[in-house]
Amino acid sequence: MTTIFGVPIQALFGQLLVGLINGSFYALLSLGLAIIFGLLGIINFCHGALYMLGALLAWLMLEHLGIGYWPALILSPLVVGLFGMLIERTMLKRLRGLDPLYGLLLTFGLALLFQGVALNYFGVSGEPYDIPPQLSGGRNLGFMFLPNYRAWVILVSVLFCGLTWFVTERTRFGAYLRASTENPLLVQAFGINVPRLITLTYGLGVALAAFAGVMAAPIYRVSPLMGGDLIIVVFAVVVIGGMGSILGSIVTGFGLGVIEGLTKVFYPEASNTVVFVIMAIVLLVKPAGLFGRAT
Amino acid sequence: MTAHGVEAKTSAAPRGMASPDELRSSLRIPIIILIVLGLGAPFFVYPVFLMKMLCFALFACAFNLLLGYVGLLSFGHALFLGGAGYLAAHAAKVWGLPFELAVLTGTATAAVLGLAVGWLAIRRQGIYFAMITLALAQMFYFFCLRAPFTGGEDGIQGVPRGKLLGVLSLEGNLRMYFVVLAIFLFGFFFILRVVNSPFGQVLKAVRENEPRAVSLGYKADHYKLIAFVLSAALSGLAGATKAIVFQLASLTDVYWTTSGEVILMVLLGGLGTIFGPVVGAVVIVCVESFLAGLGGWVTVVQGGLFVVCVLAFRRGIVGELSRVLHRPL
Repeated sequence: MTTIFGVPIQALFGQLLVGLINGSFYALLSLGLAIIFGLLGIINFCHGALYMLGALLAWLMLEHLGIGYWPALILSPLVVGLFGMLIERTMLKRLRGLDPLYGLLLTFGLALLFQGVALNYFGVSGEPYDIPPQLSGGRNLGFMFLPNYRAWVILVSVLFCGLTWFVTERTRFGAYLRASTENPLLVQAFGINVPRLITLTYGLGVALAAFAGVMAAPIYRVSPLMGGDLIIVVFAVVVIGGMGSILGSIVTGFGLGVIEGLTKVFYPEASNTVVFVIMAIVLLVKPAGLFGRAT
Repeated sequence: MTAHGVEAKTSAAPRGMASPDELRSSLRIPIIILIVLGLGAPFFVYPVFLMKMLCFALFACAFNLLLGYVGLLSFGHALFLGGAGYLAAHAAKVWGLPFELAVLTGTATAAVLGLAVGWLAIRRQGIYFAMITLALAQMFYFFCLRAPFTGGEDGIQGVPRGKLLGVLSLEGNLRMYFVVLAIFLFGFFFILRVVNSPFGQVLKAVRENEPRAVSLGYKADHYKLIAFVLSAALSGLAGATKAIVFQLASLTDVYWTTSGEVILMVLLGGLGTIFGPVVGAVVIVCVESFLAGLGGWVTVVQGGLFVVCVLAFRRGIVGELSRVLHRPL
């Protein structure tokens, strides 16, 4: 068997793939967090819970309505996005002008609420979600076996990250968005409905989380706890990357996923903590984050 | 992003504007009530339940020192509660140290951890500070999950309570209770003293307007770090005591839900108030034991309380009371 640094090449590429998959979810989630943070100035603690809700909703639709993976990939983010807009309209809106920490506390409460309700109905163990038949199986690349579904997840994540970058940097909507991040009052004076823009942005951000949730459903089990611990890692990713740039979030997300995967090969004991260790190092060297602007 | 305290823009609680004399006279009666209640309660309520309340009350007071008076929201205080608990339990069980030394070991551990975490986290402000403390606490959680001496999922069980100063056995719950009450009151008055000292005034100045405090020549970061270490050490005191009282140090105490719990206690009781954390801790511990039979609903109720507090009840119980009574509490 071929080895690199004493590690079988299959194991190395296998973990690299797992790392890329995790990195996809880090990137998608931290992207949503960064966009929401840019406009609302708050950290959306319930992002992980909404990611979980996205997956749960897909499972519920399959189980009770017979709606499969492909429609769920659109319907679930849509429902969660609308739900998010409702949250923004009824709750987050009332915190505007207060210290942003209140937004963090509110969304933390919402995260507990969603997770608690889900736990009561589904239990801790979670439910399996089948890979759609079109994407089952895999192909042998010679040096490793690549399951089709995993290739699909990475591909779509990269595509969506690119799309988000394109929308924020190259379209009129994105220009409004960036302008409102810089100076909402002035943008409003130009006749743009900023409160509606904020609601829309929040909805889009959480829809992205739900989308990631549906894609994650066949890989991890659908469980009420799937978002809780993930969101903390994503926070570390956000601290490392800094929330200043969209591209930064994407690069940091994928990069850290890969590093985590490699750690599993070379020093498995540290695989859970490596992201946090990197965060500590980045804080020492460049407190504003790799791509962040100093505050 | 602002460096202001959480309550800075909401005038949630009475500031430390009352003169020391005014404050002293205003606090005299509630403090007497607190002490009388503390001394009398074990004769009416199960002491072990009360000890849980006292440990969490001290934990909440320590947390309030940081959030209420310096405006720093740490989302990782479970690290200090649980970390101190592990070390105290280890010291009592494996090293065979007596009660007071085991608790001291735990407290010192928390102080050292606080120094390390605080040193890293105060490099960023506001919500970044919250995220960093949360991430570092999660890292510590994974460390505890793996480290051999913590016992992983089982935790450290069967920790001996030992003897106080080598003579007084603490196996009896009533005796243990009064020791815990003494520890709580020590922590409570220590925090009261810190808050009303010139040092505490500088902390409040940093909370209200950090750039201004810096321009007046105060090294804001030093003050923040000292406050962070104090808060961590006192949280550790609570955690170490808790571990020995319940003869158990477990992963629950280092998990992020515990960090959230203490925030809720302080928020519900009243940010930046003196009695708020105590009231909040008592209410939350009661609610949790009341709902314990209902499983997952505890989380739902906690989440709901968070939402209600943030949206409609930002002053908290004691904050509202103090507004009605027109006196700092």
